[in-house]
Amino acid sequence: MSDEVFIYVIVFGTLLGTLSLAAVLIWFERRLIGLWQDRLGPNRVGPFGIGLALADILKMFAKEDWIPPFADKFVFIFAPTVVLISMFMGFAVIPWAPGVQIVDLNIGLLFFLGMTSLAVYSVLLGGLSSHNKYSLLGGLRAASQMVSYEVFMGLSLMGVVMLTGSFSLVAIVNAQQNLWFVVSQPLGFFVFLIAGIAESHRLPFDLPEAEHELVAGFHTEYSGMKFGMFMVGEYLGVILISSIVATIFFGGWLGPDFLPPFFWLAIKIFTLICFFVLLRAAIPRPRFDQLMSLGWKIMLPLTLANLLVTGGIVLWTGYQP
Amino acid sequence: MAAVMDAADNELVGKLGNQFPGTTFIEQQTFDNISTLWVPRDKLLSVLGYLKRDCAFEMLFDLCGVDERTRVHTENLPESDFSVVYHLVSFSQYRDIRIKVALKEADCKLPTAIPVWPNANWYEREAWDMFGIVFTGHPNLSRILLPPTWEGHPLRKDHPARATELEPFRMTKERQDEEQEAMRFVPEEWGMARKNDHTEFMFLNLGPNHPSVHGAFRIVLQLDGEVIVDAVPEIGFHHRGAEKMAERQTWHSYIPYTDRIDYLGGVMNNLPYVMTVEQMAGIQVPDRAKVIRIMLAEMFRIISHLVFYGTFVQDVGQMSPVFFTFSDREKLFRIIEAITGGRMHPAWFRIGGVAHDLPEGWEKMVQDFVDFMPKRLDHYDKMCMQNSIVKNRCVDIGIFTKEEAFDWGVTGPGLRATGVDFDWRKNRPYGGYDQFDFEVPVFHKGDIYDRAQVRIEEMRQSVRIIKQCLDNMPAGPYKSDHPTTTPPVKDKTTHDIETLIHHFTNVSWGPVIPPGEGSVTIEATKGNNMYYLTSDGGSMSYRTRIRVPSFPHLQQIPLISRGLLIADLIAILAGVDFVMADVDR
Repeated sequence: MSDEVFIYVIVFGTLLGTLSLAAVLIWFERRLIGLWQDRLGPNRVGPFGIGLALADILKMFAKEDWIPPFADKFVFIFAPTVVLISMFMGFAVIPWAPGVQIVDLNIGLLFFLGMTSLAVYSVLLGGLSSHNKYSLLGGLRAASQMVSYEVFMGLSLMGVVMLTGSFSLVAIVNAQQNLWFVVSQPLGFFVFLIAGIAESHRLPFDLPEAEHELVAGFHTEYSGMKFGMFMVGEYLGVILISSIVATIFFGGWLGPDFLPPFFWLAIKIFTLICFFVLLRAAIPRPRFDQLMSLGWKIMLPLTLANLLVTGGIVLWTGYQP
Repeated sequence: MAAVMDAADNELVGKLGNQFPGTTFIEQQTFDNISTLWVPRDKLLSVLGYLKRDCAFEMLFDLCGVDERTRVHTENLPESDFSVVYHLVSFSQYRDIRIKVALKEADCKLPTAIPVWPNANWYEREAWDMFGIVFTGHPNLSRILLPPTWEGHPLRKDHPARATELEPFRMTKERQDEEQEAMRFVPEEWGMARKNDHTEFMFLNLGPNHPSVHGAFRIVLQLDGEVIVDAVPEIGFHHRGAEKMAERQTWHSYIPYTDRIDYLGGVMNNLPYVMTVEQMAGIQVPDRAKVIRIMLAEMFRIISHLVFYGTFVQDVGQMSPVFFTFSDREKLFRIIEAITGGRMHPAWFRIGGVAHDLPEGWEKMVQDFVDFMPKRLDHYDKMCMQNSIVKNRCVDIGIFTKEEAFDWGVTGPGLRATGVDFDWRKNRPYGGYDQFDFEVPVFHKGDIYDRAQVRIEEMRQSVRIIKQCLDNMPAGPYKSDHPTTTPPVKDKTTHDIETLIHHFTNVSWGPVIPPGEGSVTIEATKGNNMYYLTSDGGSMSYRTRIRVPSFPHLQQIPLISRGLLIADLIAILAGVDFVMADVDR
């Protein structure tokens, strides 16, 4: 196989793989939550109800795709595409296995952070263009939440970068041959995980959506496939954050030889996805201002302390990656 | 009439006579032994003020109108076309007083009681809505339960009670537009400014359809960012004329309607109604029936509180517990189903007892539940109430004090969360509760968290009461042998003409209850529920007044939500634990 064909295979593999995984997650999440809530969850379509993923997609396509007459039409249509595009772009830098990667950028980590930050425009634009008060409140919440959590999301990874000496994700994985960064950077891991949940607006950080307060928040007016894009975008976000956490803190594809590298990464991603689903089933939603003060008063100082300590140790010991 | 007033009531009437010399207070005898005084209109406010200030009647428990025009049995009562009834309760002295004012149709006016009790506001609007009684000085005397386009005052005796008495209803385009226009929200009409010097406000129409308003309930918010500047609740979407229906149903056939007042309370709603009728007819209920009633009522208290628990935690964003509490509730429904055959609305209590005896094997089912439930509650406590996010959302939010609770007519768990140690079952026992050993949970802060705590502790106490019912279920009949309400034994009807006649009249017309007034208040699931019945010596009630707990609770929401965030309002609504069917009747 020539290099050119190989890269196409990886690109389409990543696209199709993540997209179908997102679709299956719709079913998987409901099933898993059902299990934890003493009920069965969707179990009628196909074996174990797995056909639901397909049925849901079909339903989404068949639904009336309504654009409210009072909405700002262009922005309204544009908003849900942003989240999909930026999430897909984020997958470009994930190394699935040694050599299996769309592109190994030397600023891979920054590229990922940039792409996830772009996703917030989706929520913001969707909320503002709907001309609905619930959507507006959702959009406002999203904007301030993102601004606050963006700050230490990037900073929390800088400890890892210091220890690796590179922004390249491949280099970061290779730097974990002896020790996963979750051990040497526990604080960074903890902060990044929380920021990651906030980034994908999952409970307990689903304030822009907050169905008990804002009906459906920023996507109240969305229906049909446009709503579907938001939903798939959210699941892609979960997969992306899980992939990046697995890569940066849990050694990516690294693992004992009896399984191929990709499987190790897949297992790690799957475990993290389950963790995300569990969070949704278990944790209540804090109030908006409480979330903000958690971010600025606890998370940011923790991140800075982590940065300071890591930097100090690197300088003190003259550590060379 | 059988009622004899006790010494304290006589003393009170004497005190009033001294305080207001030259005023004639006409005393009315009632079945419920509550001293009932007719007061001249011009002295009303000073009498109410005096009773509140100097006689410790802290709460305006209920206010309602009565159309007296077609009432036959008005011996010793002042001449009147309409009357307004103020029911006051003293929670410190454990007693009630009823103040009545006689009105003429041509001059159907009296002063508003809002300066004395702020919660008179909604009650007076209701009385205007239903009877056209004008309360002068009321800031906003508009329709409350009926739509603004409604014509007439439905609880007047000359207003039709059935659709068949009216022209066929047609919704034309013009009519639809008119109705829609009437629903339009204009901030000025609701007493809200569109902007102040600093900012332009946003108005958010929360409801009538919203995930967290628990039914059809609308609350309009005046927002500065996400901060609530003012809130105006609107009710009436669930109004179905339950009080009017009572005037067209026999005493028996109204029982199923009561089930649907607080639709989470099931037979708990039957209890005050059948007890009031029993009080008026002088029926003694056998012990077994009493204990069965208490057992089922407590089961429904747990059922209702479990719904509260699940939805309350869900409203602050925790999605799982509601499934657990609902499956526990299902366990109880299985027992209810085995005993009554129904689930949410069994309509199973009867005047004079209950519908059937307990089925075989009920002990085992109840025993299993009593063993199971406390452990579950401990589990929920860890999962929900000890959760720091839930605590952050509920502690110190939506606080009201004891005095505010009295002023706004808050009863039940809401009142007990402000440190008032008062439970109708304990302090003024009814229906046999004096025979049971249980505690009244009281908390002191008056915030959302405390209100939830009270309900959770109440569930434990209810389990305790159910256990006592199980261990001490008396033998004997499950209904009283009373000719007025209980059909005679069917076998005898073929042998004995007297029994046949009784059976026939009882089943075809229903019982005739002696003329007079009675009332029973109970500690229902959401607060105090009272049925105040007036009989004019017929087979149907002359006036049925249902005092529901949730009505004043909703009126109080603006008071405790100003200055908070939308998220807090959602938690407050969840913490009130209301049912719109209960509010709107």
